[in-house]
Amino acid sequence: MKRWLPLVFFMVLVGFFAKGLFLNPREVPSPFIGKAAPTFSLPVVGDAQTAFSPADMKGQIWMLNVWAPWCVSCRVEHKLLMALAESRTAPPIVGLNWKDKTREAEQLLARTGNPYVAVPDDLSGRVGIDWGVTGTPETYVIDRAGIVRLKHVGPIDMDVWLNKFVPKLKELGA
Amino acid sequence: MTSRLIQQGLLTVFLAFSLPILANEPAAATPAVSPTAQPLFADVAIEARLTHLSRELRCVVCQNEALVDSPAELAGDMRQEIRDLMTAGKTDQEVLSFLTSRYGDFVLFRPPFKPVTYLLWVGPFVFLGFGVLVWFMALRARRTFKGAPVNSAQLAAAARLLEDKP
Repeated sequence: MKRWLPLVFFMVLVGFFAKGLFLNPREVPSPFIGKAAPTFSLPVVGDAQTAFSPADMKGQIWMLNVWAPWCVSCRVEHKLLMALAESRTAPPIVGLNWKDKTREAEQLLARTGNPYVAVPDDLSGRVGIDWGVTGTPETYVIDRAGIVRLKHVGPIDMDVWLNKFVPKLKELGA
Repeated sequence: MTSRLIQQGLLTVFLAFSLPILANEPAAATPAVSPTAQPLFADVAIEARLTHLSRELRCVVCQNEALVDSPAELAGDMRQEIRDLMTAGKTDQEVLSFLTSRYGDFVLFRPPFKPVTYLLWVGPFVFLGFGVLVWFMALRARRTFKGAPVNSAQLAAAARLLEDKP
């Protein structure tokens, strides 16, 4: 038994390293999970006179999708977001235009379709910092009471949608 | 450590001497002065605090880089945010809690000592202690080693081998 001890020890270490190798370093736990969504008020793309605030969504489950017109992986997930919005299988999605030109966002949405109920325009990126955004795309699920329940870093694909979002939305009673 | 102190000292001396000179330059009277010669920031003390603090902070884009060094756009925004907070009179501790409440302890290069990080901080010492324990046990086993029992047949065999020179 005694002579096997170093091997056992080594295998445990290998186990830890193997696990670490397959973790996504971008998936940083958000300190907002279970906490109130940060508030803001921003003009929306397409209508600078109208302001959007998370308080507008109070009482319903909604999603905040942080995106930008230049962002390639946002375009990848855009197709799925369109399908979700058209089939009404997802809660309303708000698209935060993060640090990119209003006009670019407007043109892109006009050309490829707009899956969002509102597109607040975060030109300075300050709202992004308030939400702990590290890059685009990022998606948050906010419950009826305005509590952040889920954060996903990176594009949403069918797999992520079915295995990460759908169970959480069911749990919230969407 | 000393080199860092020297570095900081030199920077302070440089800033102390260069900025008043630049600031005293009457901008309107000397249009020949290149705009790049203007001070890059308004408040030297805040800039020094910002530089000092953002060495301890992680850039959330290029995760192994300090916020002070990172060329990422978001890092620039975050430095500006810290600068604004400091200008508004916030202490370093308040700035840190502003950032950790948004990005988590992940932004700190030195994670705080709390239940989830106990293993992280104490782990290396536990392993070191374990190693020392094994070492002492090995030493003691060697010291108390009395020699293996040898019988006369084995001694005779050894003597035969020694005599039997090639």
